[in-house]
Order: sequence, then structure tokens, then C-alpha cells
Amino acid sequence: MSEIKLMKGNEALAEAAIRAGLQGYFGYPITPQSEVMEYLALEEPKHNYVLLQAESEVAAVNMMYGAGGAGARVMTTTSSPGFSLMQEGISYIACAQIPCLFANIVRGGPGLGTIQSSQSDYFQATKGGGHGDYHLIVLAPNSVQEMVDHVYLGFKLADKYRSPAMLLSDGAIGQMMEKVQLPSPIEYKPDKPWATVGKKSGQERNYLTSLYIQPEEMEEKNIELQAKFKKIEENEVRFEEYKTNDAEIIIVSFGLSSRISKKSVDMAREAGLKVGLFRPITVWPFPANKIADIAARKQVKFFISVEMNAGQMLEDVKLAVNGKKPVYFYGRMGGIIPTPKEILTAVQERSRS
Amino acid sequence: MKEGYKLIYQKPKTLRKKRMHYCPGCFHATTHKLTMEVVEELGIQEKTIGVCPVGCSVFAYDYMDVDMQEAAHGRAAAVATGIKRMHPDKIVFSYQGDGDLAAIGTAETIHACNRGENFTFIFINNGIYGMTGGQMAPTTLEGQKTTTSPYGRDPKKVGLPLKMCEIVSQFDAVAYVERVSCNTPANARKAKRAIKKAFEYQIQGLGTTFIEVASNCPSGWKCTPEESLEWLKEKVFPYYPLGIFKNPEEK
Repeated sequence: MSEIKLMKGNEALAEAAIRAGLQGYFGYPITPQSEVMEYLALEEPKHNYVLLQAESEVAAVNMMYGAGGAGARVMTTTSSPGFSLMQEGISYIACAQIPCLFANIVRGGPGLGTIQSSQSDYFQATKGGGHGDYHLIVLAPNSVQEMVDHVYLGFKLADKYRSPAMLLSDGAIGQMMEKVQLPSPIEYKPDKPWATVGKKSGQERNYLTSLYIQPEEMEEKNIELQAKFKKIEENEVRFEEYKTNDAEIIIVSFGLSSRISKKSVDMAREAGLKVGLFRPITVWPFPANKIADIAARKQVKFFISVEMNAGQMLEDVKLAVNGKKPVYFYGRMGGIIPTPKEILTAVQERSRS
Repeated sequence: MKEGYKLIYQKPKTLRKKRMHYCPGCFHATTHKLTMEVVEELGIQEKTIGVCPVGCSVFAYDYMDVDMQEAAHGRAAAVATGIKRMHPDKIVFSYQGDGDLAAIGTAETIHACNRGENFTFIFINNGIYGMTGGQMAPTTLEGQKTTTSPYGRDPKKVGLPLKMCEIVSQFDAVAYVERVSCNTPANARKAKRAIKKAFEYQIQGLGTTFIEVASNCPSGWKCTPEESLEWLKEKVFPYYPLGIFKNPEEK
């Protein structure tokens, strides 16, 4: 049964995972996302999932590899420094093609950084993060409701493509409270003939590996993975447009900063500026084709990428626009959240120049 | 079978028909065989899931005919934890070398043991990094020469070799710890008995079971297989004595 509640982003994420048929959670505490494991620990007696606090993020991601490889619906959540520690394991998971869900509740870096909200892990999330050629399916929620919806979607896409998926969220969305509609719980019945659950008599054993020592075999594996990524790019691009139809200025923004930019669009419209917002929901696969279409529109004068980092998605926007229109940037770093007014001022300055 | 011949030995059906890549005289081949004999004798081939490491036995899944996962270097204990927690009714083992289990994976090993994860460690301790060409391991003996300790291991610089059986037998949740070897037929039989006991204790749900095989590495030690057996007796066993360090009764 679906229900409506007032919930913190991290708790909503945890509740959504339970309802989406979570079977295993392996994690390590780190601010600002520890509420996920705390919520799951409190709820544990009522459900059948396995919850284990690992000795490190390194161990947690490898428990995911084991449990996910053995066919379970598994999730871990962490924040930036912890997600860095998981990269090795994610590379193995991507190659061995184990479906599982990650959430990075991003905080400002580099290094130990700050516990305040940031979007400075965009490169790490969308460009692979670990060694080798691979991608995760990356969803960027901008509300507590989407923390819930993207857990369902992330699990679904992970299974569909035998691929790791992730939520690229941030500390503010993790900590803020909003009204959410929680969907009905689903009964999860995995169909994973490749899983290591014990060799069936008369059949070949299952084994999961990322080792292909002969370069010809490794290239073959890479071709297989790239074909999968291409399929994901063709089928799974998601985005939201706000007042872009007649817009002369396009703000491109994801996650929390897109939420703020929406307000800036309204303020700009009141001031007589035709501004629209283009918001990638999947930051990988990136909605490059759609941005290219918008760039081709006559009335569009320029793009401005608004992010809480030093300009990371900016590179993808520039590639998509491909020189057809100018692409500018406005951002704050280190855990500072820009105000709608600040963004509006940046847009106005560019439109005057 | 030709008339007049009697079958007295055959390799277990749980070993795949695949030529092993191990060097002549290496105990990996023996330990693979013993482990798979145990799986066959216990009739658990369809319930067993193995985890192989990074090291010489990285290809163990090519030889062992059970479901397997290949782990990142040092992470086999975490991977095995994930599998066993999801499938407590299955028999799970990790098969790891000394660099894997006692250097890069020490944290995962110690914590899995402390939690009493109900799977079996099969730990091949040959005192050297075999696959990468003979570098110093956490278990390289004092004074032993390797490519990264060309003048012999100096404890003042890098400490003394780690004694994993002695360490993990301290944990309450660890059920059974034994160090065995395969240097003689009698010891190989003892090793097999130990692996079998470990699997049986796991089936009974007694907690972590840990079998260390004091092994050789003729290629890395730069000696003949025969000389490697001498080195085991003269140098390895005095520092790494064979025997049971913990029995379930003592829990």
C-alpha cells in the first residue's frame, strides 16, 4: 500500500529500499548519510533483509560484490570520501556485471573536506570513477520524493542491464524533510541464472570474474560492455525541462542546484528575461542529444551550467552544444549552496555582456 | 577399465578437466585437489560457493567445479561474507594466499574472523609473492631472500613474519584453526582431514573455520621442489608449527 509521509531524504531512501525488496545492505557510517543505516537497523526486526555494518567502505563494497553476485538485491550508501574508497570494488562489479545500487550523498571535497552539501563528485560518478572503461547508471534526484523514486528505478535498471546503478545525491537532499509518497512494497523475485548460488547438476558452474588475462579476451569483454553502455545510452536518458520552449537562455543544472535554479528561472521571467531550465535526471547517460537540439534553436542565445562545484557537468554541456552557442558557468564550491538570487545575477551579467 | 586392472585412485569429479598452470611441485595443485575431494565426499558440490583471490590461485575457478567468485586483491573474506550472509544454508570458502589474506586483506580477514563469519578460510602460506615474481610477503621468514628483500628479510625494517593461525585463534567467534602442510603423503592426508572437519563444522554452523597450509614455492624460492620440502622442514615448520590451534570444544 502506498502512503504519504513527512520524511528526511536519507530515511526516505532507506524506506524506499525496503519497499523495493532490499535483501542486503552493507555499509559504513559517514556524515551526512548515516541515517540510512540507522533507519535500516531500527526496521530490521520487521523485515527479512541482511544488514551488516562493515569494517570499512572497502569491505562494504566487496560484501556487495559477494551478495549481489549470489543473486541478492543489494544496496550501500556512503558519502564522498567513502565513495572514493569503494571505487576499486565498483570497477570489479562493473566488469563482473553484478547488479547493485549505490547512493553517494555528496559532501564537499577534496580530501576530508566538509560535511556540507556539494556536487563535486560529478566527474567520479559519471566518468567511471575506478580503473578501466566503464560507466554506472547515474540518477540525480533533486527532492526527497525522487530519493524514493530513484531507488525503485535504480534497482530496476541495475537488474535490467546487469550493471551497478547509483544515486548521485547530496547532503542537503539527504538531510532535508519533505512530503513523500511511498510506493507499495514489491515482492522481489530475482531471475538471475548467472548468480553463484550453487552449481546445478548437469549444468556448467557459474563464476563471476573480471580477469581476462589474454588481451583478445579482455578486448572482447570490453566490446560486450561498451555495447551494453550504448544500449543504456539509447534507452535510458531521462531529463526534465522547465520553460525551455521559448527560452533564450538555458540554465543546465542537476540535483539540488537544479531545484534552486528553477526558482531563478521564475525570478528571471518576472524580470522579463526568457530563461528556461534543462535538468538532466540521468547524468550518465547524459542527455546530450536533447541539449544539442535545444542549442540548434534560433532563439537560444547561450547556456549556463549551474553546479555546486568548479564546473564539472559544464564539460558535458559544452560537448553537447558543440560550439553552436556560448556555454557559461556559475558555481559555488566547498559546501556552499548558491541562492536563487545569486544564480539570477550570474544569468543577468551574462545576458548583458 | 581393462580386465585385470583395479581402479585404486581417480581425481575427484569436482575438479574440472583443465590443465593447471601451477609450477611443478607447488602445493596449490595438491590443495585444490584435497579441497575438491572433500566437496565430493561430503556431497556438497551443488551447495558450495568458493571465492578465489588475487595471487597464483586467481584462476582457481578454472579448476574447481563449483560456483565461484573472483575477488579483488585481499577482499575475499568480505566477498565470502556477502555470499554467506545471503545464503546461510550454502557452504562457502575463501581460498587465499599470504599476500592476499595477511597483507592487503588483513582488515577483512580479522573482522570476518571476529564476527565469526560461518565460512572456511583455506589459507596458502608460502612465504612469498609467487605470481608477481617472488617479492617479500608478510610471512617471509627472517633472513629469507626475495626480490624485494635481496639481502634477507630484516625484522628491524619490516617486522617479523605474521602468524595468522596464532592471531585468529584468539577470537571467541572462531571455531576451528589448524595449520597443516602437504610436504609428505601423511601430512597431505592430515590436511584433507582438516579441510573436511572445517567444512563439517561450517555445516554445523559453529563459526569461522581457518585452515592454513604451510606451503612451498619452488619457483619463487629459487630451488627444486625437493629442496623446497627440505626448507619447509628446516626453516618453515620451526617458525610455523603444524597443529591445531583451536577446536570447537574449546569455544
